[in-house]
Amino acid sequence: MKKMTLHLRIWRQKDANTPGKLVSYTLNDVTPEMSFLEMLDVLNEHLVAKGEEPVEFDNDCREGICGMCSLVINGIPHGPEHATATCQLHMRHFKDGDTITIEPFRAKPFPVVKDLVVDRSAFDRILAAGGYISVNAGSAPDANSIPIPKEVADEAMDAAACIGCGACVAACPNASASLFVSAKISQLALLPQGQPERKRRALRMIEQMDREGFGDCSNHAECEAVCPKEISIAHIARMRREYMKAMLC
Amino acid sequence: MPSFMTTVKSSVGKKFLMAITGLAMIIFLIEHLTGNFLLLQSDPVPYNKYAHFLLSFGWLLIVAELILVAFLVIHMISGISVFLKKRQARPVGYHVQGNAGGPSKKTFASTTMIYTGIIIFVFLAIHLKTFKFGPYYETTIDGVVMRDLYKLVSEVFRDPLYVGGYVVAMILLGFHLRHGFWSAFQSLGLYHPRYMPIIYGLGILIAIMLAVGFLGIPIWIYVREVVLKGAI
Repeated sequence: MKKMTLHLRIWRQKDANTPGKLVSYTLNDVTPEMSFLEMLDVLNEHLVAKGEEPVEFDNDCREGICGMCSLVINGIPHGPEHATATCQLHMRHFKDGDTITIEPFRAKPFPVVKDLVVDRSAFDRILAAGGYISVNAGSAPDANSIPIPKEVADEAMDAAACIGCGACVAACPNASASLFVSAKISQLALLPQGQPERKRRALRMIEQMDREGFGDCSNHAECEAVCPKEISIAHIARMRREYMKAMLC
Repeated sequence: MPSFMTTVKSSVGKKFLMAITGLAMIIFLIEHLTGNFLLLQSDPVPYNKYAHFLLSFGWLLIVAELILVAFLVIHMISGISVFLKKRQARPVGYHVQGNAGGPSKKTFASTTMIYTGIIIFVFLAIHLKTFKFGPYYETTIDGVVMRDLYKLVSEVFRDPLYVGGYVVAMILLGFHLRHGFWSAFQSLGLYHPRYMPIIYGLGILIAIMLAVGFLGIPIWIYVREVVLKGAI
């Protein structure tokens, strides 16, 4: 099997209060079939065998749907492949002898917990502020009892594809959370079930986003480019309309 | 419902104001450039008459000027606020900076808005001091005594340093507008997959046209007043 040699520069940080630094490692037994996280698993096996601390990084499903994996790879959240979460990125996209710099997502509301792990609970607090709908308790309603045009359902589904990974914040030169928040607001504003809290939702979620300390959106659209689910900045435009409508009407 | 000030200070409201004021100032720039094309003529009469016509609006002109100043101030406050908040939001930066390409609209122009904005403001201060509040020459056209602004402009642009400064400032204005124009529509929530590419392209066109138009005038005057007169 073909083996690759990679030079890694990885952000190591003991805990939230200790300053971190980039540490260099060389791996000689990487294969192109490995996923990026499997490559880090191999590194960690070597580190553990040598009695060193393994590199901490977030991961869970490893099939691109949970939103746990993160990592800024050579300056791009989730690495160089479009519409691909880090766990779905494979080493065949790198060359033998490459140097890869791996950093955590950077934003004040995403404090580093350890090494490459950041605390993204700011997103949970934004969702709790308004990312819900009211439903009648009791038996489940009949499917398709509320007609929704296909195009509207599709657009809501596009927004709902957001896995809340936070790559949008990491990529934004301003560390803005607008793409994430707009996907949640957009998804519910498009559907009948989201109407009762529509105005309150826009106001409260944006208020919470600002309170968490995320930056303002300057329309760089870098978020859309790194989003593993290709969420469009069209949703940010809708979020702004929702907010202004809620304010004015 | 949040108060008016809460809205204005929110991340959405701030950009909304920035967009409205920015677009209004672009409309002003288009008018300003159109009128100033009269400076390309070697006859001073049409330009001086045009300047005199604008001044004849009296208090209406002052109101318009005050609105422009207010828009500029709002635009600057929101811009500086975005810049300061962005620095707070990412205290530790990246060692490697990337650009993901594809749908990204992150460009040299989009990441330097605060800097091009500050330089344009400094330029504007010098520009107003030089012309609006500059030396007062008089001329008489059709028996009407009026300001000879044409003479002042022709004098100022004999200095190659001045012409060079204008060229640099106008190129930076072009970069500012290249991101600013389409971004204003997005900030107002005016996004449509069919029209956004047109607005984005239009922004580039407007940026080039305004920059080239405004930097062309001093170059043309320098050529007319120094190069051609020197050759004769």
